[in-house]
Amino acid sequence: MSSATHSQTASPGDVIETPLGPTRSRFQQFWVLFRRNSLAVSGLAIFGLFFFTAVVGLLVTSGTQPLLDPAQVRLQEKLKPPLSRPNLDTLRPGEVPPLGVYLFGTDNLGRDVFARMLQGAWVSLTVGFVAVGISVVIGIFLGGIAGYFGQAAIRVDHMLPAFLLLFGVAAWIAGAKGSAIVLMGLGSGVVIVSIAAQKIWRKRPMPVFLNALRFPVLTADTLIMRLVDIMLCFPSFFLILTVVALLPASLYNIMIVIGLTSWMGTTRFVRAEFLSLREQDFVLAARALGIRTYRIIFRQMMPNAIAPVLVSATIGIASAILTEAGLSFLGFGVPPPHATWGNILSGGKDFIFDAPWLTFVPGIAILIVVLSFNLFGEGLRDALNPKLRERH
Amino acid sequence: MTDNDVLLSVSDLRIHFRSDNGLAKAVDGVSFDVGRRETVCIVGESGCGKTVTALSILGLIPIPPGIMAGGSIGFDGIDISSLGEDDLRTIRGNRIGMVFQEPLTSLNPVFTIGDQIGEAILAHEKVPQDEVHTRSVQLLKDVGIPSAESRLQDYPHQLSGGQRQRVMIAMALACHPDMVIADEPTTALDVTVQAQILNLFKELQKKRDMAVLYITHDLGVVANVAERVYIMYAGIGVESGRTAGIFQTPRHPYTQGLLASLPTRSKRGQRLSSIPGSVPNPARKPPGCPFHPRCRYSVETCRTRFPELCDYGDGHLSRCPVLYERRETGGS
Repeated sequence: MSSATHSQTASPGDVIETPLGPTRSRFQQFWVLFRRNSLAVSGLAIFGLFFFTAVVGLLVTSGTQPLLDPAQVRLQEKLKPPLSRPNLDTLRPGEVPPLGVYLFGTDNLGRDVFARMLQGAWVSLTVGFVAVGISVVIGIFLGGIAGYFGQAAIRVDHMLPAFLLLFGVAAWIAGAKGSAIVLMGLGSGVVIVSIAAQKIWRKRPMPVFLNALRFPVLTADTLIMRLVDIMLCFPSFFLILTVVALLPASLYNIMIVIGLTSWMGTTRFVRAEFLSLREQDFVLAARALGIRTYRIIFRQMMPNAIAPVLVSATIGIASAILTEAGLSFLGFGVPPPHATWGNILSGGKDFIFDAPWLTFVPGIAILIVVLSFNLFGEGLRDALNPKLRERH
Repeated sequence: MTDNDVLLSVSDLRIHFRSDNGLAKAVDGVSFDVGRRETVCIVGESGCGKTVTALSILGLIPIPPGIMAGGSIGFDGIDISSLGEDDLRTIRGNRIGMVFQEPLTSLNPVFTIGDQIGEAILAHEKVPQDEVHTRSVQLLKDVGIPSAESRLQDYPHQLSGGQRQRVMIAMALACHPDMVIADEPTTALDVTVQAQILNLFKELQKKRDMAVLYITHDLGVVANVAERVYIMYAGIGVESGRTAGIFQTPRHPYTQGLLASLPTRSKRGQRLSSIPGSVPNPARKPPGCPFHPRCRYSVETCRTRFPELCDYGDGHLSRCPVLYERRETGGS
């Protein structure tokens, strides 16, 4: 690493000279390392292709007069193998596929599998990105709090009203409105008493019974990290199944549910990064400059912590796509007739011997996309990890 | 110095830390003043509470585990020790700038120099982007960084240690503070760069009419820059006065020991003297005078009675009654 040694040993006295440090920016350094990993580069390329396909797929399959209609039923053309030509004699003019060929064949209703795959690509893409977006936002927020404010105490006067109000809401939903009002009243009462007590006894010592309200129960770090542990205990796929069974089936519910059950890893990463960043001199220097706390957290510290988050997000997208495909396969996913890779696969399993392309086309598509995301994510991790840089 | 000219006044500051081995009294009764446009040094060994004192002025001591056990910090008529976080923030960077010891780690590695100086300006002033740019360029020129315009696009790892410290100084000066606290600003730098940075401070101080509070263990720095000096030992102030007075006639055995351990031309060829023993653990300080186990003048009362300050005139104060009495009886 000639660049690193250069920047450390500036010869004394010559501050008038141009800097001796490396001239490559951080992104260029990253790219040089990333490019060496050919698997990761191909992962990135496939990811780009998938992104492009999904966007094009959305454009050509949506609207009232789509270019390729994934819902067009042609019963006379059912279960045609890939690359077969449509029989123009039996088709009405509106039913003729615009490509003039069934690229991936047709399914048991004679729908064009290519058009359905294109429509499903957009679903997979949005599920992957939105679900991971939700989980990363939650993860960064909770991990940031746990890492930066971790030692802040959560006191009795924080816990007590929270529990009382929570039970109050639960009682309200359960129908016991009388006790709900009592519980909520008690909760707000505790809040008012503790705020008033702080104002009144600001300088003098507080009476014992009020001081008990300020007793620290646990730290913010403990609360958040035990919540993570609890969430990790659930077999999340079955949790998702339960929630999806209760909620009306829609693409958005699935995205949200997948997002809400996959933030734990990001939280742990961000917390770990923040615990070490918090002790860094530049954070103290930023505080000494009078920069606001939220700005220190989100502008000064977050970019330093983002690398592992990016890696886990990339791999998270792959697992979100898999989860969605699994849900659709089981029939809990996006409701038909909207096509997703999971429900094409699910519909195809009944004809696996007669029409294997119905299973293989979506299956291989899922395999390639998930694999490319995982390879890209691992390449990203290797290129962003300074310890692994020495290897190259 | 009249009261009007006092910018920062710290009196009887006590900062303790809860730790597993009991209460660590990191700072245990330190008083000092800094006048407007004055240069003051706080000198002491590692672990004597210098940095804690400096951080407490800006309210940067983490509480808990830190405890402000007593004393007050007044800055330009404001009682800093009673301010909340929001009010403290209007002082940090804006009225008091701070330069840290490690220029290598005190800059955020993922942002350019321009971003970071801009951040320092925008923390306290709402100014348009192009003004931020011109001011950043001017600041870099002021701290002696050549081709300032293009340096703004550089990342910290592209600069040398001395240049990074100059950038830190530029950030500390961004909002025209009345005072800069420099916590060992030259410790991590080469000797030649140290001299450049000290001269830069002197120059900037003259230009900008600001006070500078140096925190250092380097008596060479003190002799070079300070008008007045405070010597700290084990969390207390042991001696204070004008620089010349302290260097010529040190009145406290600890200061005498420090000066005797400096290599000078007259001591060429001789073995350098050192103070026997080491600094006490802040959680287990000896009773009485904290220096008595290492002091060659120590008498019985030193073990039990905390020494009071003795006035030698011309602002020269020393916390050693034993030597003061000797002087009275014509001992020295």
